[in-house]
Amino acid sequence: MDPMALLLSRLQFAFTISFHIIFPAFTIGLAAWLTVLEAMHQYSGKPVYRTLFEFWLKIFGVAFGMGVVSGVVMAFQFGTNWSVLSKMSGPIQGPLLSYETFTAFMLEAGFFGILIFGRPRVPPWFYLFSTAMVALGTTLSAFWIMVNNSWMQVPTGYVLQNDQFVPDDWTQIIFNRVVWVRFPHMLLASYLTGAFCVAATGAWYLLRRTYRPEAHVMLRMGLALAAVLLPVQLFIGHLVGDYVHDYQPAKFAAIEARWHDEQPASEVLIAIPDSSTESNRYAISIPVLGSIIGSLSLTSKEVGLTSFAPQDRPPVLIPFFAFRIMVGCGFVMLGLAWLGTWLGFKHRLDRNRLLLWGIFLSFPLPWVAILTGWYTAEVGRQPWTVYGVLRTADAVTPFLTASAAMTSLILFVAVYAFIFSFGTYYIYRLLRAGPPGLGGKPLHVPVPNRPMSLADQAPAARSYLGAGE
Amino acid sequence: MVMYWVALLAISILIYLLLDGFDLGIGMLFGAAGGESQRDAMLSTVAPVWDGNETWLIVTGVIMWGSFPVVYAMVMSAFYIPVVVMLLGLILRGVAFEFRGKALSSRWVWDVSFVVGSFAASFMQGAMVGALVEGLQFSNGDYTGGTLGWLTAFSALCGIGLCFGYSLLGACWLVRKCDGPVRDAARRQIPPLAIGVLVFLVIVFAYALVEHLPILQRWTDRPYLFVFPVIGAGAAAMLAKSILRHDDYWPFHMVALIFVAAFATLALSFWPYMIPFVVTIDEAAAPHASLAFMFWGAGLFVFPLMLLYVAIGYRVFRGKAAPAADHY
Repeated sequence: MDPMALLLSRLQFAFTISFHIIFPAFTIGLAAWLTVLEAMHQYSGKPVYRTLFEFWLKIFGVAFGMGVVSGVVMAFQFGTNWSVLSKMSGPIQGPLLSYETFTAFMLEAGFFGILIFGRPRVPPWFYLFSTAMVALGTTLSAFWIMVNNSWMQVPTGYVLQNDQFVPDDWTQIIFNRVVWVRFPHMLLASYLTGAFCVAATGAWYLLRRTYRPEAHVMLRMGLALAAVLLPVQLFIGHLVGDYVHDYQPAKFAAIEARWHDEQPASEVLIAIPDSSTESNRYAISIPVLGSIIGSLSLTSKEVGLTSFAPQDRPPVLIPFFAFRIMVGCGFVMLGLAWLGTWLGFKHRLDRNRLLLWGIFLSFPLPWVAILTGWYTAEVGRQPWTVYGVLRTADAVTPFLTASAAMTSLILFVAVYAFIFSFGTYYIYRLLRAGPPGLGGKPLHVPVPNRPMSLADQAPAARSYLGAGE
Repeated sequence: MVMYWVALLAISILIYLLLDGFDLGIGMLFGAAGGESQRDAMLSTVAPVWDGNETWLIVTGVIMWGSFPVVYAMVMSAFYIPVVVMLLGLILRGVAFEFRGKALSSRWVWDVSFVVGSFAASFMQGAMVGALVEGLQFSNGDYTGGTLGWLTAFSALCGIGLCFGYSLLGACWLVRKCDGPVRDAARRQIPPLAIGVLVFLVIVFAYALVEHLPILQRWTDRPYLFVFPVIGAGAAAMLAKSILRHDDYWPFHMVALIFVAAFATLALSFWPYMIPFVVTIDEAAAPHASLAFMFWGAGLFVFPLMLLYVAIGYRVFRGKAAPAADHY
């Protein structure tokens, strides 16, 4: 095993998965919101829902496309760079990812075409059904990924035979309590991402004084959903912390930057952890709070990092800061959502430009929270790939050369940077142009011979609307 | 149980070859299209279904991982560079579907990505199959052939051969789905592409004879295998006839049949090996608990549903794609 190839493989996995998760995190929430909009339109007949649906569908299309293509990489990267892991855990991870592909990807892919191109070809109920199936597909995909990752975090239900993890209890693998706190945590995070992006777009239009009716619906629905979901998310986040505390004490100690066993334990709010001296610099901490957070007790003993052998300790800096950034984002979003909803009830939100700016600029927060949350979970799991059983250093493809890994990493970075800059630019332009049809100025000049462009469906959508309502 | 997953793996690969084959083929022919409206028309025949087509590649990958983890680990790691290049090609061509319509002045970027990505992915797939046929170096289950061990004259030839094959499939799809100039152009492309495929097959066969590839022995041991080339030859004759008659419907089916025959020939000459002469199906199979878990849910119930989604997708978008001008 070449240590450079190992490092490059880890960087490549971290890079490709961080890039990938941006899109599913967005589209899971967006697909659900599209389903709601289509249902509300079909039920109430109000054109504003249809306008919003067509508008967000275009953005969904771009984000979904990028999510799909970057997701294909994940299915193969286990084998290319982590052949020992894929050989050993194939009997467990392979079937789990097969379930993901069978139940989720095919559902999404099958109905995505109908969602984008099929409206004129299918009856309304079937169109709504297709939208719901795409939403269901994205959700199922998240579920299986969380089952798979949770097994790597807390491996259960297996026996080790001939160098392979052989499953002996699938119910434990799928229905353990770790999955059932981590899956809701991820799902809510995705819904919050969708909610904040929608609300931020609404705020943006109000600030620009355009598309008032649509902006109000977006702002109201996005903020209300976030206001309800955020407290739930904070509670589930606490439950996620509980599993880490129980099953991954070294990760927990790293998140808390707790170097030595303490009883009762203090809580380090902020500090600069220093692994060379095994202590914190510039620490601000609160006595006893560490025991309360860890064990809901005033007297409990909490484990410190030095209780683990140096080769079994995770890095401290990344989990420590990533966790704090995640929680910080959560509280900022909570504040914005509650304040915004409350002012919305009082019909004072429109005039509060400062808050509108805050909501508008908050759109990256859910992504920051998701990425830092994942860094906490995955970096905190080190030095293990399958926690406590298989080390990351032993999981890498043994004959992979540093030059091959370097080549692929450079190629991935170059291609992803290329498609990401264009993709975000196109999404920005769609958002800037705003919803077609009602309320605004004409946005899309029809260009002949561009039938495949979603942007060019605008004229058709408008005439369809006009004929239907 | 093992046989069930072998069968499902084979079916998934075959579906992938046929479905993504024609849309990769259209990607390659896209570069030769005679103008903006023709390109739009070509794209409109695959835009609603490409995502589903490509998903069959993931299906193949995860079935292999779940049912034959040893083979998945060996093949993916041995084919490091070709797999990465194939994935990057699929990424570039995949985003082109969505981005092309959003772009104004940068449109050509996505046209180029679409063509280059399609070529890269097709070539690498063919090269990987070729390298497997020729034989990769393994010792004790680890690949020892080096980063570029897969790249030989033979595997490169197979890469080019598959580009021809996919393009042929793509041209026949266009004939089936389009009207007017797009169909006529595609129909003119079919004979040279078909001859290209034929020449490729002849060279491969001659090469195998000259180099005494071990896989050739399977043929002398198992003469019944010749039934598939015969089917392929029959399909090729039908293809020629349907092209001469200006038939729109049959060419695609005949080329698909040629693909089926070629795939069956190859698969059965590998049998019972998964990686020829290194790992057999039984050696590679995952533990029963894994195969059974996949069988009782995904295999038995969800797989037919997947076929149903595909059927629904193709049924909704059946018939000739409307010409570009009045698409909406």
